[in-house]
Amino acid sequence: MSDSNYTVSRASPAAKGAAVAGAVILIVLILAPWWAGRADMRLMGELFLYLALASLWNLMAGYAGLVSVGQQAYVGFGGYMLFALTIFGGLHPVVAIAGAAVLGALISVPVAALIFRLRGAYFAIGTWVIAEVFRLSFAQISALGGGSGSSLPVDIVRSLSSSRSGREALSYWMALGAAVLVIAAVYLFLRSRRGLALTAIRDNELAAGSLGIDIWKTKFVVYVVTSALTAMLGALIFLQKLRISPDAAFSVNDWTAFVIFIVVIGGIGTIEGPIIGTLIFFALRETLADLGTTYLIVLGVVAIVVMLKAPKGVWGYVRERYQIQVFPLRYRVKTDSRN
Amino acid sequence: MPEPILSLNALDAHYGDFQALYGVDMALDDGEVIAIIGANGAGKTTLLRSVSGLMSNAADQIRYRGQPIGMLRADEVAALGIALVPEGRQLFPSLSVEENLLIGGRLKRPGPWNLRSVFELFPVLEERRAYPSTALSGGQQQMVAIGRALMSNPDLILFDEISLGLAPVIIKSIYDALPGIVGEGMSAVIVEQDISKALSVSDRVYCLMEGRVTLEGASNSVSRDAISHAYFGID
Amino acid sequence: MDWVNAIVQGTLLGGLYALFAAGLSLIFGVMRLVNIAHGDLIVLAAYLGLTVVVTTGLHPLLALIIVIPVMAAIGYALQRGILNQTLGDDILPPLLVTFGLSVILQNVFLEGYTADPQKMDAGAIETASISLGGLSLGILPLLTFAIAVGVIAGLQFIFYRTPLGRSFRAVSDNQDIAQLMGLNKRHIFGLAMALALAVTAIAGILLGIRTSFDPTAGGARLIYGFEAVIIGGLGNLWGTLVGGVILGVAQTIGAKIDPGWQLLAGHIAFLFVLAVRPNGLFPRVSG
Repeated sequence: MSDSNYTVSRASPAAKGAAVAGAVILIVLILAPWWAGRADMRLMGELFLYLALASLWNLMAGYAGLVSVGQQAYVGFGGYMLFALTIFGGLHPVVAIAGAAVLGALISVPVAALIFRLRGAYFAIGTWVIAEVFRLSFAQISALGGGSGSSLPVDIVRSLSSSRSGREALSYWMALGAAVLVIAAVYLFLRSRRGLALTAIRDNELAAGSLGIDIWKTKFVVYVVTSALTAMLGALIFLQKLRISPDAAFSVNDWTAFVIFIVVIGGIGTIEGPIIGTLIFFALRETLADLGTTYLIVLGVVAIVVMLKAPKGVWGYVRERYQIQVFPLRYRVKTDSRN
Repeated sequence: MPEPILSLNALDAHYGDFQALYGVDMALDDGEVIAIIGANGAGKTTLLRSVSGLMSNAADQIRYRGQPIGMLRADEVAALGIALVPEGRQLFPSLSVEENLLIGGRLKRPGPWNLRSVFELFPVLEERRAYPSTALSGGQQQMVAIGRALMSNPDLILFDEISLGLAPVIIKSIYDALPGIVGEGMSAVIVEQDISKALSVSDRVYCLMEGRVTLEGASNSVSRDAISHAYFGID
Repeated sequence: MDWVNAIVQGTLLGGLYALFAAGLSLIFGVMRLVNIAHGDLIVLAAYLGLTVVVTTGLHPLLALIIVIPVMAAIGYALQRGILNQTLGDDILPPLLVTFGLSVILQNVFLEGYTADPQKMDAGAIETASISLGGLSLGILPLLTFAIAVGVIAGLQFIFYRTPLGRSFRAVSDNQDIAQLMGLNKRHIFGLAMALALAVTAIAGILLGIRTSFDPTAGGARLIYGFEAVIIGGLGNLWGTLVGGVILGVAQTIGAKIDPGWQLLAGHIAFLFVLAVRPNGLFPRVSG
């Protein structure tokens, strides 16, 4: 017989190693303006924004069971708010980005009140209707260019930084910062009481309901927070693009289809999944983009095959195989045996 | 010795990690009626779900007329002539009484049972043929469930707790009808909590406890003591 | 009179929307599947019709003789080959798989037919109209509406008066018990999808005669169909027709006020119904 001491902790060697590696990678990435080329920085900036979008969609669909195909509503809304707040409100772009997040949260409240009446898959299509309403509405606003859109005035662009390389570095850092902020927010949220409730809902709505977890309220909070952060990302995206139009801002392909593919391929319902998925997505895009439509067909086929054959995605497969998690959410029981 | 119509050979059944049946052996001769008794959770319903194909098992753990059927889907099992009257009746709520019976007969196996003969067995159903099945009393619903199973003219019929939740007078009328049903060469497995009812209509009885067979014998010769021992595991 | 005209035209347009919706409603009713690629399948039918018309010289409406069975076969194969594997308690797999399918279809259209808008030429019937009490009613919209009523009556008949419909309802009620009746649910689901895509074939051809379409036209059609289903109330086919009419009338009235408001007005009508009658106007199934 042995005396056993049990300790319960979330930490695992893999997680500790990953934390160190993550810190090193983050520092290297922060220093990118001094080592990376202009095109690479642009690509990485885009990658960070997609990573953030994917993490948010994953929070909703993978944890809260809110499957949206209308996240372009908030990307476009955030983009338009950046333009409106800087052009008409005279705000500094960085302030306008924060403003877009606040307004995104505000508008998402009545939207949630409406579409939360739809269940499951009908909720998904309901989110798409909302995105269409946003697109058609912004196309009616002639001050923002109506259907053909408008560009960000030069003096507003200059207010970020007078030099082009300064602007590029700044928008790169903001994209990196947004990705880190979103992943950290998702991680901390999932570790919180409300986050644990969310996982309980996902695993069994009936049981969670009987345990007294207010399902509606928890989902509502997730929806509003996700909407705010998605609007913030939309503002950042269109600060990089400098031009906005209803079709680009509310594109279901760009802001929802790609994001869904990233999450599904990487592994839905895990924090690591969107990270892996984003890397795979960009690797595929950079190698197959010349194929044009064929590339999208391949992407669709890959997503369907993954969904049918490995519904937990690449990361789910790795995790099941090797029992590791980089972002420790589960508790582990550790036994110290002393004979 | 003729081949049994149904034989279970060391049947195991699992719900995920939970094992519900452990090596159950059972044999049923052509035309025979057996009763399976046992407490809640003994594995009676699991056994019927396995035989009817609602649960998948190893192929040769269940044989029907010598043929392995453990791996077949429920619709394939039904086509072979095995019908289940499920626990809780489980009628189709969006179908009328008549439609519930007709869907039972869609396999069109030859035999004595059709809409006409089911209505003769349960005349009240003919009066209510156009009613939604949800508008019937519990006893009438049970008649529809039995009629629905008969409509396929099965060679083997499985009854799961047909008296559950019904008034005694209804139970009596249903059990009175049973000999007329199974007397025509049809084999039957009757799962029942009401032990005396089960013994009265069956040739042999099996008792299950915690997924294992604890007693087997002729229905008219097993003793009360043996049953309570097998049923509860106490002396 | 202009307003009356707008309402009448919107009502006739509603017939087309009801056709978009009928397949969606049927599929949801039988297997609780919401098919995100439904709109793209409507557009697929339109492209198939176009191909038949171009290669054989048939009139678009006669092309239905070929397109309906082809779409039904595609539906059966799609259901048995892919969609049956996604059905279960989790709503994610069917949703994401049909979403992937939608993206694939759109890009296949792009590859095969370019991004240019296409249209089917139905000849004189497109411009023919009859005069009724000062209103000019197009033959094509009238025909579309009549077909919609006929299709819904036909689906209603199949659903409630035939052995096939009985099987659909039985499987929808309880898949396990239906299997005990000897029904193979995979096959029944395949038949349901075949029937739904047969209806979709009709919708696609009528769409392609009425307006031009391009590879991305499916999304909007899915949404119109979905809105008609929800306005009418889940599981009620005649309600779906009413839903389509309400949507069509809202759009034509919106367009009357300002052309830019046409689509927006339809969506607003939908959101209004959702706000005041979340279960639609004539709900049948609960949950």
